[in-house]
Amino acid sequence: MEMAPFRLSGTVYGTLLNHRTAVAALEGKMTLPPYNAPPRAPVLYLKPRNTLAASGDAVEIPAATAAAGAAAELEAAACLGIVIGRTACNVSEALALEHVAGFLIVNDVSIPHPDYYRPSVRYKARDGFCPLGPRVTARVLVANPDALAIRTYVDGVLVQTMSTADLIRSLARLLADVTEFMTLAPGDVLAAGAAAPAPRVRAGQTVAMEADALGTLTNRFAGGA
Amino acid sequence: MRARVAYGGALHEATPAGGAGEARLRLADGRVLAQDQVIWLPPFEVGTVIALGLNYADHAKELAFSSQEEPLVFLKGPGTLLGHRGATRRPAEVTFMHYECELAVIIGRRARRVARAQALEHVAGYCIANDYAVRDYLENWYRPNMRAKNRDGATVLGPWLVDAGDITEPANLELRTFVNGQLTQRGNTRELIFDVPYLIEYLSSFMTLAAGDVILTGTPQGVSNVMPGDEIVCEIDGLGRLLNTIVGDAALGRRGDAKSCASNI
Repeated sequence: MEMAPFRLSGTVYGTLLNHRTAVAALEGKMTLPPYNAPPRAPVLYLKPRNTLAASGDAVEIPAATAAAGAAAELEAAACLGIVIGRTACNVSEALALEHVAGFLIVNDVSIPHPDYYRPSVRYKARDGFCPLGPRVTARVLVANPDALAIRTYVDGVLVQTMSTADLIRSLARLLADVTEFMTLAPGDVLAAGAAAPAPRVRAGQTVAMEADALGTLTNRFAGGA
Repeated sequence: MRARVAYGGALHEATPAGGAGEARLRLADGRVLAQDQVIWLPPFEVGTVIALGLNYADHAKELAFSSQEEPLVFLKGPGTLLGHRGATRRPAEVTFMHYECELAVIIGRRARRVARAQALEHVAGYCIANDYAVRDYLENWYRPNMRAKNRDGATVLGPWLVDAGDITEPANLELRTFVNGQLTQRGNTRELIFDVPYLIEYLSSFMTLAAGDVILTGTPQGVSNVMPGDEIVCEIDGLGRLLNTIVGDAALGRRGDAKSCASNI
């Protein structure tokens, strides 16, 4: 995926439960079955290449059939996407951000699902379910990525403001803990975590996610066939 | 049947050149080499890696897992891939790391909403996968989590990509794993709970599959713990023998637990 002068590899990872509101939403449930304990290491998921979309692309809401996972609404979760610039293998927290080329906004689209134990990939891996952009903003142009607000508008109405200041693992800490077990390559994107609850979107609505220095990622949600 | 190897400063396509267990290979330029003279890469340019959990009835039972309504699918990234004859790290702190011999199905042609009857038309070929797991790191969030299943160098593919046309019965292939020469795992692809045509139909119903995407179809019973120094050979009828060696932290310059992931929630 070209985002000149940057080039994305097409690999996008998301991070579950890395925002205080997401953890708070599970208050009291983390120690109960099926989870039994809070997560220790970062919990990641992959948004495969078929999910990637640009600003301006339409997101297709699947027809509400049992086979597709009935859904009249989708979740549109704003995340800060860290774009890797240098191969990051087992990096220290102190040096982690030096491996970052820049940042962009990731709209992590999901079919709402109640459970984080073993959800089907079809909730998150559908075609077009990962708009990102609108461009890559170089790291040096983002004054404090650990205190960056991303505002989500649905049809022009502000529905959520999430800040990376409320991440549980800071960007550097997240990169250190993730690269302990998996190397990130130039152009890979690591979405640093979404706030809860994620805004819900219906067919015909337009989602705009905007952050200082990063620009606005805009996508219309369309009813699927 | 072809491999991708590095030799003499370049990447090459290679084919078997005879000898027991395809002991020798021939580069496209005609040079014949021994297996250990080259560096083996995954035998195709790998796209999205789609893996199946618990897709053999006996293995599901081994893990005390009850029947499922839909395939248990998880995704893996490119950093976890490794070629034939590579080394996979076992962290010193873990107690249970195991291999998983699997039939890998390589997509050759874009597949979107493909019906079961046409599914195999989208398959380019097959190879062997060894999809390692470190069970100590398994947590109950988005199972199986990436720290257990998406580790660097823990998804071995190869040695050869075998064209689909050369495998007459993909639903009747014996799988065998040997640890230091001892047979430890055995199964047959006819025992898959969700077979290859169904998996392509299912996956392509919500995600468009592209050439180079690969489906790791799951492993039968017989997984066992492996230790540094162990040689693991995964074998599938018609696809060859995929060798991997387990190494400790030192082989990859790791010092142990200097960067552990303690909870801070």
